[in-house]
Amino acid sequence: MAAVQETVDRVKSIDVTEYKYGFSSVIEMDKAPAGLNEDIVRLISSKKNEPEWLTEWRLEAYRRWLTLEEPDWARVNYPRVKFDELHYYAAPKSHSGPKSLDEVDPELLRVYEKLGIPLQEQELLAGVEGAAQRRVAVDAVFDSVSVVTTFKNELAKAGVIFCPISEAVHTHPELVKKYLGSVVPTSDNYYSTLNAAVFSDGSFVYIPKGVRCPMELSTYFRINEQNTGQFERTLIIADEGSYVSYLEGCTAPRRDENQLHAAVVELITHDDAEIKYSTVQNWYPGDAEGKGGIYNFVTKRGDCRGKNSKISWTQVETGSAITWKYPSCILRGDGSRGEFYSIAISNGHQQVDSGTKMLHLGKNTTSRIISKGISAGKSQNTYRGQVSAHRKATNARNFTNCDSLLIGNDCGAHTVPYIEARNDSAQFEHEATTSKISEDQMFYCQQRGLSAEEATALIVNGFVRDVLQQLPMEFAVEAQKLIAISLEGSVG
Amino acid sequence: MPARIVSSRTDAEVALADAYGAAKTRLPGGEAVRHLRDDAFGIFAGAGLPHRRVEAWHYTDLRSLMREALPVAARPNGSSLGAINGELAGRPSFGGGRLVVVDGTFVPSLSDALPEGAGVRSLADVLSEGRPELIDLLAARDFGEGDAVLALNAAMMQDGVVIEIDPGAEIVEPIEIVYATASAQPAASFFRSLVVVGDGAKVRIAESSIGRGGRAGQTFGCLVFKVGDRAEVGHTAAITRSEAGSLRLDSFVADLGARAQFDSFALVDSEGLVRRQLFMRFSGDDAKAQLRGVSLCQGREHVDTTLDVVHRGLGCEGREHFRYILDDAATGVFQGRIRVEKQAQKTDGKMMSRALVLSDEASMHNKPELEIFADDVACGHGATVGSLNADQLFYLRARGLDKRSAESLLLEAFAGELADEVGHEGLVARFRAEIAHWLGERTKAGKGSGGSKG
Repeated sequence: MAAVQETVDRVKSIDVTEYKYGFSSVIEMDKAPAGLNEDIVRLISSKKNEPEWLTEWRLEAYRRWLTLEEPDWARVNYPRVKFDELHYYAAPKSHSGPKSLDEVDPELLRVYEKLGIPLQEQELLAGVEGAAQRRVAVDAVFDSVSVVTTFKNELAKAGVIFCPISEAVHTHPELVKKYLGSVVPTSDNYYSTLNAAVFSDGSFVYIPKGVRCPMELSTYFRINEQNTGQFERTLIIADEGSYVSYLEGCTAPRRDENQLHAAVVELITHDDAEIKYSTVQNWYPGDAEGKGGIYNFVTKRGDCRGKNSKISWTQVETGSAITWKYPSCILRGDGSRGEFYSIAISNGHQQVDSGTKMLHLGKNTTSRIISKGISAGKSQNTYRGQVSAHRKATNARNFTNCDSLLIGNDCGAHTVPYIEARNDSAQFEHEATTSKISEDQMFYCQQRGLSAEEATALIVNGFVRDVLQQLPMEFAVEAQKLIAISLEGSVG
Repeated sequence: MPARIVSSRTDAEVALADAYGAAKTRLPGGEAVRHLRDDAFGIFAGAGLPHRRVEAWHYTDLRSLMREALPVAARPNGSSLGAINGELAGRPSFGGGRLVVVDGTFVPSLSDALPEGAGVRSLADVLSEGRPELIDLLAARDFGEGDAVLALNAAMMQDGVVIEIDPGAEIVEPIEIVYATASAQPAASFFRSLVVVGDGAKVRIAESSIGRGGRAGQTFGCLVFKVGDRAEVGHTAAITRSEAGSLRLDSFVADLGARAQFDSFALVDSEGLVRRQLFMRFSGDDAKAQLRGVSLCQGREHVDTTLDVVHRGLGCEGREHFRYILDDAATGVFQGRIRVEKQAQKTDGKMMSRALVLSDEASMHNKPELEIFADDVACGHGATVGSLNADQLFYLRARGLDKRSAESLLLEAFAGELADEVGHEGLVARFRAEIAHWLGERTKAGKGSGGSKG
C-alpha cells in the first residue's frame, strides 16, 4: 500500500509542463515591424546586405507564396497562424558580426551557458565531462541571426567552410547561388516558399573533395523574442568522397502564444560522399492544457546526387506543440543510400505528424527507415512516409519498420505509409506494429523493485534503442535524458 | 502545394446528374427512399467523381479514368434472358439456391427458391414496401464517410436482392448470386443487395459473374451485410469476365455483431478498372473476421482494393490478407485502414499485403494505415513488393522444370494459398480453376520471362 501511495505522490509531484529550457531572456532586439509585404522582404534582404539576385529570389518566392493556400492534410489540428501579426525579423541589437566572443552581448552568452551550449572553444557539451575528448563546432542561431560560430579557423585549415549562410552569400556567392533552392525549390510547399522569402539566417557547410570533416558540426537554434517566427535555412554540401556529421538542437522559452518555426534544410552529396544529420528537437511543447508551444513546420530534404553517396537522418522529436515534417532523401545517384532513424515522443497535447520520403530514382539504391513513435497523455502521433521506386530504379531496396507504443488511454498512434513500386526488381518490405507496454514486462521490472516510472523509462529506452545507437554520443546521452523527461507524468 | 484548383464538372459528372434527374421519378421507393436518394446524390454532386486529392482515391483517379457515363441499362427482355438461361444451365450448382441479377435487375424467373430459413425478395419490392429498419440497413449511412461512389450507388440503386436468414438457421450450401449482362449496348448498372443474418445463423454467400462478352460496361455494385450476434458468415466473390475498358466499382459493407464470425474472399481477374472498397465495422464484442483477396492483373488493368475496418467492440480479432500478381503494364493498389476506436480495447488486428511484380512496366501502390485510439491493443501490418524469388526458381529449374512452368508453379502457389482457405470444396475448386486458367493464358501468350532477373 505504501509503495502504491509513493508512486501516486511522485506522479502528482511531477509537473508535466516542466520544461527545463522555458526561461526567456531580456535582450535588446532589433525587430522588423509585424506583418509581411514586399517591403519587409526587402528590409530583411537589405539588413543582410544581400546581392540583387538574392533579393529578387526572395521577392519571387514571396509573390508565389501569396498565391498558395495553407495545406491542411496532415493529422494535426491547431489554430491557424496569423501571418500578418508575426515579426519576420528579430536580431539581438548591436550585432554586426562580432569578430570574437568578447564582442557578443554577455546576456546572450549567459543564455547559451544556461542551455549548456559551449560557445567557448575547447569546451564540451554537457553530460560528457571526462568522456572522450571530442570537440564540436557550434553555430548558434538566436531568433533570426547567427550569433557566433566556433572553431572556424581550425575548420578552414581543413578546407571546410562552416559559417552563417548570410556570411556565405558574401564570401562564397558562387556556391550559394549554385546550390540554394536546388533541393527544396522555392515553390516546393507553403512553408518552404515562405521561408525562401523571409529566411534570416542559418548555417552553411561545404566539405571539399576527399575531406573528412575533423569535428562534428552543430547548430543550436533558440527562439527568444515574442511574436516572432523563426525561418532559418541550412545548406550542407558534401563534395566527392567527403564526410560530415552535423547536429542540430533547438529550444524556446515557455510562452502562452504559439510560435512558428518554418525552416528549410537542404543537403547535397556528390559521388561517394556522406552526410549524417542528427536532430534533437526540444522546442517548447506547450503546457499541460495544450496552451502555447512551437509549431514546427520544417522542410528537410537531402539529394544524393552522386554515385554511392549516402544521407542519413536521425531525429529525436520530443518538443513542439505541433510537429509536421518529413526529412527526405532523393536517391538520384546510382548505388546511393538513404537512412532515416526517428524517435518521436508526444505527451500532453502535442501532435506529431512526421516521417520520411525515400524516392528511389537511381539504380541499385537502398534505403532503410526505422521509426519509433511513443504517444502518451492526450497526444496524437502519426508516422507518414513514402517509399517509391521509379521505373528506372532497378534493384531498389527498402526496409521500413515503424513501431508505435501507446502509454495511456487518451492518446492515439497512427501509421500512414505510401509504398509505390514502378518496376519489377524493386524489393520493398514494410512492417508496422502498435501496442502498449506489456503488463508482463512491467510486472517483471516492478517485481525487481523498479517504480512504474522507472520501469516505463527502462522499457521505452529499450524500445528506441535501435535509433539511439545511430546518434552521435553527445546527443545520445542528451536524448536519453530527454525521453525520460518527456514521458514524466505519463504513468500512474 | 499548388493553389487550389476549382474544377468544372466533367462530362461524366454532367451525364450522371442528367441520368439521375431523368430516372429519379421512375426509380423504386416511396417518399422516404426518395429523400434518401436525394441526400445521397447531394453528397455525390457536392464531391464530384473522386480524384487524386481525395485521400481514399489517391491512386485511382476516377475523375480522369472515367471519361464518360454510359446510359443506364434497361430492364432485360425475354430474348436476352433466354440466352442467359442457356449459359446458366451449363454451370454446376451447389444446391444452396441461385439468384440471378441481370444488368442490375433481379430476375426471379431465372432464380431458384432458397432453402428453408432463408428468404429473398427484390430490392425494388423492399424499397416500395418501405420497411424503415430494412431501408436503414440498406442506406448504410454511417459507412464510408461520405464516399462519393457509395453515395452515387445509393442514389441510383435500381434493384438487387434482399436476403434474410432466420435466427439460428443453418444454410449448409452456399447461396449464389450470379451477375449477368444482357444489354446489347454498353450500359451502366447500379445495384445494391442486402444480407441480414439473424443471431446465431450460419450462411455462405457466393458472388460470381457470367457474361457473353464483347461490351465494356460500367457497374456500380454494393453489397451490405448485417451480421447478427454469434452468426457465422462466409462470403466469396469472383470478379471475373469483364471486358477491356470496363469499369467496375464494388462497395462492400459489413456490420458485425457480438461474437460473430465473418470470412470473405475475393478473386479479381478482370479487365479494365476494378475497385473494391470494403467497409467493415466490429460493432459487438469478441467478433472475428477475415478479409482476403487475390488479384491477378495484366494488360493495362487497374485493380484497387481499399479497406476501411473500424473496431468498435471489445476484444475483436481482424485479419486482412491481400495478394497481387502484376504483369504487363498493370497497376495494383492496396489501401487498408484499420481504425481502433477508444473503447475497442484488446483489439487484435493484423493486415498483410504482398505483391509480385512481374514486369518492368507494372506498378504497385501500397498504403496500409493504422489509426489507433485505444492503448491496450496489438495491431500490425506488413507490406511487401518484389519479384519471384530467384532461389526458388533455381530450385525448380534444377529439378528439370522449364522457366515458364517453374514460374507458373510458384505463382499458382502464391495465389492459390489464400483461395484454399475458403472452406468450401466446390468454391475452392472454382477459384483454383480460375487461377489456373489465368496462368494458362499467360503462358500461352508467351509471357513469363519477366521476374526471373536478379
